[in-house]
This record gives sequence, structure tokens and C-alpha cells, in this order.
Amino acid sequence: MAVLVIAEHDNSELKPATLNAVTVAQEIAKEIGGDLEILVAGEGCGGVAEAAAKIAGVSRVLLADAPELANQLAENLTPLLVKLASGYSHLVAPATTTAKNVMPRVAVLLDVAQISEITAVVSADTFVRPIYAGNALATVQSSDAIKVITVRTTTFDAAAAEGGGATVEAVDGAVDAGLSSFLGQDLTKSERPELTTADIVISGGRGMQSSDNFALLESIADKLGAAVGASRAAVDAGYVPNDYQIGQTGKVVAPNLYIAVGISGAIQHLAGMKDSKVIVAINKDEEAPIFQVADYGLVEDLFTALPALAEELDKAL
Amino acid sequence: MKVLVAIKRVVDFNVNIRVRGDGSGVETNNVKMSMNPFDEIAVEEAIRMREAGTAEEVVAVSIGPAQSAETIRTALAMGADRGIHVLCETQTEPLAVAKLLKAIVEKEDPGLVILGKQAIDDDCNQTGQMLSALLGWAQGAFISKLAVAGGNAEVTREVDGGLEKVSIKIPAVVTVDLRLNEPRYASLPNIMKAKKKPIDQMSPDDLGVDVAPRMKILKVEEPPKRQAGVKVENAAQLVDKLKNEAKVI
Repeated sequence: MAVLVIAEHDNSELKPATLNAVTVAQEIAKEIGGDLEILVAGEGCGGVAEAAAKIAGVSRVLLADAPELANQLAENLTPLLVKLASGYSHLVAPATTTAKNVMPRVAVLLDVAQISEITAVVSADTFVRPIYAGNALATVQSSDAIKVITVRTTTFDAAAAEGGGATVEAVDGAVDAGLSSFLGQDLTKSERPELTTADIVISGGRGMQSSDNFALLESIADKLGAAVGASRAAVDAGYVPNDYQIGQTGKVVAPNLYIAVGISGAIQHLAGMKDSKVIVAINKDEEAPIFQVADYGLVEDLFTALPALAEELDKAL
Repeated sequence: MKVLVAIKRVVDFNVNIRVRGDGSGVETNNVKMSMNPFDEIAVEEAIRMREAGTAEEVVAVSIGPAQSAETIRTALAMGADRGIHVLCETQTEPLAVAKLLKAIVEKEDPGLVILGKQAIDDDCNQTGQMLSALLGWAQGAFISKLAVAGGNAEVTREVDGGLEKVSIKIPAVVTVDLRLNEPRYASLPNIMKAKKKPIDQMSPDDLGVDVAPRMKILKVEEPPKRQAGVKVENAAQLVDKLKNEAKVI
């Protein structure tokens, strides 16, 4: 049997999250002594398939290139995946919104459970996954013939993007389910790195007090080459869009350096960042729970601390 | 059209959960329970549709132990018209829940099913998508905007890079994200009125669904705790530590 990884991409670029899912697939493939293959489904995504073929350890890339798959609508992607699934023991996808949208549909039509957002592979049928916003870790064993798995990408290293030499094979059979149509997208444009893959993340909470004040974080982010995030409170207050949100209900990040500014540290926020390597908290309330997980804490009003930090960074960098 | 809303009783989002000493799970005895926060948003959206005249009836469904009836009462107090309670004392996986909901959809024939995008206990984020696929319906997952017009619904979806707009055919299943609306609090008169609203009770057997779990929970444990670090005096000291001690900038 073999393991199939579903590639995350936007038709032009293979997204790094795929590489973390490949790492999981490599561990599983080793357990079962099987091959590792990648599916690239989209339209005009031949370049993505070629990039996928270069990933170390991949034996074959399946390329489903069809207009029906252009926007990776769940209804159109599902039948293709269900059809391909019978040749595999494991379907593995990074836990992105694309995979979260489609993988449960595939699982249910195969009549198997989905194992969501795993953080460790124990064996070919046993995995660790966080529950209760990461406040508990469950080790679960699946009895299903095909394991449908999504991967918490931040807990696995990326597989080597180069070094492989897989063949690319076209697969057909894409259909338009006729249930949905793509109208458009409004993607946040930013010169800064993507939140989930950035080395440094600086986030603001309700303490930022306004949308305008996020400019203070942005100027520091630019000095550090960091991505800007936010707590749910800041999103709820309308300071920043939801795709900034870090936490149980938003994105999960684990950068080398995470700087939390004006964030109290609610359980739901900690769930999204507590695996960061180094955590810095800046908050005027010294009782704020964020200090309990911070490696470095600065108890100071952020409107004093941020300009000073900007100045010190200019001196030091 | 009729709108079906699926709701789950979970440990309240404010509770600091405790893992049982024997590793069998998370302690739920004598812990405050409430409606899954995403499901409150789902209930609110359904009620707003009825208030706006796009829906005639709102039916709240919950699958779970006897106490799940209280969660249904909360939805009724918010404004749902009636409830359906599938009594299930054992824990159900999303796969089984989707099958139960499918059986109820076939009886009730709603035009729209609204669910929270994920439950904050098992964090699975699966049930709505599974239900939609089982029914062969369109889906709008993680939506922050919903506009129903004619035979279609236009949904705005929260995706990793921003927002995505999709038109889906009705009947459909949608799962809601945080920014869709702000759920109302039930007023005292409505809480009183909710006591008289009907709740149908049934079992998985009545619906002909096998709810046996596919996954065995081998153990549940606490994640490794982070240790609190040091406090620094000022920004200069912070930058110094980050540069020379942690070496991350």
C-alpha cells in the first residue's frame, strides 16, 4: 500500500505546508513499507506538480489538471479523491482551510473517520492529536481501512523540497458536481511573510486599542522581517481582519520568536502559539496569564514599550 | 424554508479543563457545560433568517446525553421553534453524528442546515462537511457572511489567505465562523416561553444509525507545560536578551 499526500497550492506555487505533511507521510510510509505519492489537483498547475516531484522521498506525482478543479471547490474535488483513495492506506493533507473543507467529505464517503490535525505519528494506525484547544493531547487508534489524516503543520519539520526525482502522471476523471461556483476572493496582500511559515511573529491584542495602532506593530515587524498576527479579541473588536487571528479558532503558529503585545493570554490564544520557540510578552498588567508562558516578559504600557523597542532594534540590527 | 441547526453541549469555553489522572479523558463531571460557541452563532443566524422572512421554522437538533436537552432549551430560548434530541449516552464521533443528522434531514426536509465550524471539545471540524457530502449537497464551510436568494446562497468563507466568495445551490449545509454574527442573550420571558416548546426525543436505533466509534482513545494526557521565564526591565534589555541570549534576532 502507499500513502497519498494532497498538495496545498494555488495553481502556481506549491505551498510550504505540503512539505510538513510529506514529513508525516514519510513516517507512515516507513511504518508500512509503502510508497509516498502526491496529488496536485487544480487547473494549470503543471508547475506545481514539477515542484512536488522534486520533494525528497516522493515516488510519483499525480496531476489532475482540469477547469472543474480550478478553485478547488470541495464538491468537485471530493469525487476525484474518493476515486483515487482505494489505492492507498493513508490520505494525508496539511490542516489548511482547503483540506479542512474537503477531507471530511472524502472520509465520510469512504465511510471512515477523519483524524484531524495530528501532532505525532505513533504507528501506522495510532496518532496524537490535540483536543480542547491543545489543553489535552489524545492518542487515538483508528480501526478504519483507509486513514484520512490532516496534519498540524507547525509540529513537523518540512521535508526537503529538493533531491527527489518522481515521475508526474496525469489523472483524469474530474467532474463538475454542479453544486457550487466560485465568485471571487479577497486575499490579504502583504509584503510580509505568511503567518504560518514566518520565523518571527508579532501579535497585538485588545490592548492595541485601535486599528491604527497596529501600525506600531507593523513598523517593528518590518525591522524584524516578521509577520503580524492578532488575538481573537483584537479581531472581534474589528482592529484587523480574521486571517490575522492566532488561536484555537484561528491559525496555529510556531515561529522561532513570538512577540505578544497587549495580549492577556486567554486559553484560546495560547492554543495557537504556545509551541513557539521563544515567547516575548509585553503587557502593562503583570498578572496577565501570557507571562506564565513567556520566556521574556516586559511589564510596561505598550505605547511606551513599542517605540522604545523600535529604537533599540534600530541600534542593535 | 425550514432551517435545521445542529448544536452540541460542551465544556464551557471559560473552564480550565482538567485531564483525568488515569489518562482516560478530560473531566466533565461537575464542570460547567454550555452550548458550543460556534453553534450559538449558527442558532443566531437561523433565527435572523426567520425574522427576516427567509425561513419559516427553526429546528434545533442535539445529539448527546440527557443533559443535552438543556442545550436545546437554550436554543429554544434564543428563538428556535422546536427541538430534536437524539439521546446518546456514549461519545459520538463526527462520522456518526453526520449519519444521524442525515437521517433527521431526510425526515425534516430543511432547505438549509447550519452548524458551528467546529466543537471546542474535540476540535474535529468535520461534521458539517461530512453531512453535506452524505446528502450530496453543496457546502459553505467557515462562513462569515450568508445571503440566501432564490435557489442559491452566496457565502463568504474565511480561508487562510483572506476571504473567498462562493455561490452554492440550495439545499445546502453551511458551517459558521466567528464573525458571522453576535449571538443574542435569551430574555427571561423567552426562557419561560421556551419551556413550553416541544422537544422530540429519539435514539440512534430509531434512526437506524450505527454509532459505534471507529477510533479508540488510548490515552489522554496534559501537554508539556511551558515554564515562565524572566522579566526584563525595559526594551533595551529585551533586545539584548533576544540577540545575545536567545539568539533569535
